[in-house]
Amino acid sequence: MSDTPTTGIAFGRPTGIVRLFGERFSQRLDLRTLTICGVLLVLAVAVAVLTLASGEYQIPVDQVIGALFGQASAKLHMVVVEWRLPRTLLALIMGAALGVSGAIFQSLTRNPLGSPDVIGFNAGAYTGALVIITMTGGGFVAVAGGALAGGILTALAVYLLAWRGGVQGFRLIIVGIGVSAMLTSLNTWMLMRAQLEVAMAAATWGAGSLNGLGLDRLLQVSVILALLLPCALILSRPMHQLEMGDDAARALGVNAEGTRLGLTVVGVALTATVTAAAGPIMFVALSAPQIARRLSGSAGVALLPSACMGALLLAAADFLAQRAFAPTQLPVGIVTVCIGGLYFACLLMREARR
Amino acid sequence: MSTAASGAERRPGLAETNAGRMSWLLVALGLLVLVLLASIAVGSKDIPLPTVIEALFAYNDSDDHAIIMALRLPRTVLGLLVGMALGLAGALIQALTRNPLADPGILGVNAGAAFAVSVGVGLFGISTIHQYIWFAFLGAIAATVLVYAIGSVGRGAATPIRLTLAGIAIGAVLGGITSGLALLAPETFDRMRFWNAGSLAVAGMDTVYVIAPFILFGIGLAAVVARPLNAVALGDDLAAALGANIARIRAVVIVAVTLLAGAATAAAGPIGFVGLMVPHVARWIVGPDQRWITAYTIVLAPILVLSADIIGRIVMRPGELQVGIVTAFIGAPVLILLARRRKVSGL
Repeated sequence: MSDTPTTGIAFGRPTGIVRLFGERFSQRLDLRTLTICGVLLVLAVAVAVLTLASGEYQIPVDQVIGALFGQASAKLHMVVVEWRLPRTLLALIMGAALGVSGAIFQSLTRNPLGSPDVIGFNAGAYTGALVIITMTGGGFVAVAGGALAGGILTALAVYLLAWRGGVQGFRLIIVGIGVSAMLTSLNTWMLMRAQLEVAMAAATWGAGSLNGLGLDRLLQVSVILALLLPCALILSRPMHQLEMGDDAARALGVNAEGTRLGLTVVGVALTATVTAAAGPIMFVALSAPQIARRLSGSAGVALLPSACMGALLLAAADFLAQRAFAPTQLPVGIVTVCIGGLYFACLLMREARR
Repeated sequence: MSTAASGAERRPGLAETNAGRMSWLLVALGLLVLVLLASIAVGSKDIPLPTVIEALFAYNDSDDHAIIMALRLPRTVLGLLVGMALGLAGALIQALTRNPLADPGILGVNAGAAFAVSVGVGLFGISTIHQYIWFAFLGAIAATVLVYAIGSVGRGAATPIRLTLAGIAIGAVLGGITSGLALLAPETFDRMRFWNAGSLAVAGMDTVYVIAPFILFGIGLAAVVARPLNAVALGDDLAAALGANIARIRAVVIVAVTLLAGAATAAAGPIGFVGLMVPHVARWIVGPDQRWITAYTIVLAPILVLSADIIGRIVMRPGELQVGIVTAFIGAPVLILLARRRKVSGL
């Protein structure tokens, strides 16, 4: 790997170029974007360590770090590594997954309002979970299965309904809106008909919560995401070419329809994984790409900064969800919208003042 | 990143001449009158049409006439007002932000109203529809003002994209706090889940009197800005070059949307989808001229809301299905069919 300095043409921003395997793989890297990614990651890890340290049983930060590296008493090890670590790691990787899937959909739809919601996924997942919860009461696996089935069926239905010799981005959005609106109505109706306690349990699931997630969930989620995230990265270059419009992208040798299908599948799969594990955690997918774009000053939404921002957002939200009204545990989705929204508003105001 | 999601080029609508547009508008008006009459006639006790007309023009004290005057008429008038208001608010906000995904809720109207109602229920123990109205209306206005303030901080006027993003941010925060309040207090949750469905059933004529002035004023504003909005559709620079005062147009549109959507949401709860969908349908019929879109939306939106309300009364007799729930179920298939039938026109 050789890292050459800025090339002949000055683009106004310092970039570095990575070349691997001789000249087979080369990638231009924007230095500011890289720095932002690094800072966001460090912040996310710092928040995660803070989360590990706090709780009903407070632990000093240096002992937490000791426990992580296996240099603490068995009791500390149990609290930090076995009890708290899986949930914290889940927050980090699920946040990253949501950020990436949001970036994918905003790029696909070329619209800052784009999110997995446009293809009806979250509404469908909520419907699936609601059916399971109101009909059977539902354990974790049943609810997760119901949500997955509902979400994927909805996304499939939207894609097929929008298909007419190819899926045009705008038609996909319109069909997605229509189907989501119907499902949302159905959800409201089911919540109204249910007993109050059942409805509240369902609404808590619907807000998205990391409460009670443990090591087994972490393993499943991380295996799936380890497969999906590289796929997303591979597709990111044709994705950016697709942003210029189908015709321009085709002229550059991109298989427009195939790329779009691939991106949709990866984006839905990322959201589906998170939703099945923790319920529909709102707003991370919507805000992380936009916040990351503003911090890194890039022209469009990019996957890597979005992932780092998503991880930081969800980790911070989970910390607050656990500690803000302790011992009452809020669903993390409620906190993500609050801090994500406030931070987003601040960012918009600061950007405007410049 | 561009705000418009469409790669499709602009093309005229189904009706290509002004005569065609006018005749379709008359057809739609006729349909609206039929739906209005049906809304008065149909219910848990069906009343024949001649009696309906008799009650409207020659009232006597029979049971049927009393039902019409006390229940059906206020409900129908409210449906008419709410439909017009939501549809118009949607048409305005889509034209202003040049974003086909924008609905009146994007400026925080729904989130503000829901937030104020949940605070009212949770902290002040309000429980009647009349108290709801004022809380919801004030919440909607406050949220929109906040969104506009954040969107227009700094140099220059509020750009569409910044308004949209500020709306998302504020809407999310308020929505989060609302569901937090609801999930921490079962009583609040119980009331909010019913308010959220959106209904015309609980209103009386007094509700109509409260919201009618705001909605009529909003409609007037919408009519005034329809022509300048055609210039705005060309982009800020071109519009300014054509002599449009962008900042003033934006301010007028924001005020109109707040009044229209705020009053409608206050009276009937958050009825989604009308503001999003009807302007699209209107645009497909008449093309991109905002004046025609305004006219069609005013007629088509109440048709959707009122027929949703009528269907809600029929399908679960003797119970009722809330209008907010039915709207999506009859509106969405139409929207999807239309989206499949022709190349959709973006903004």
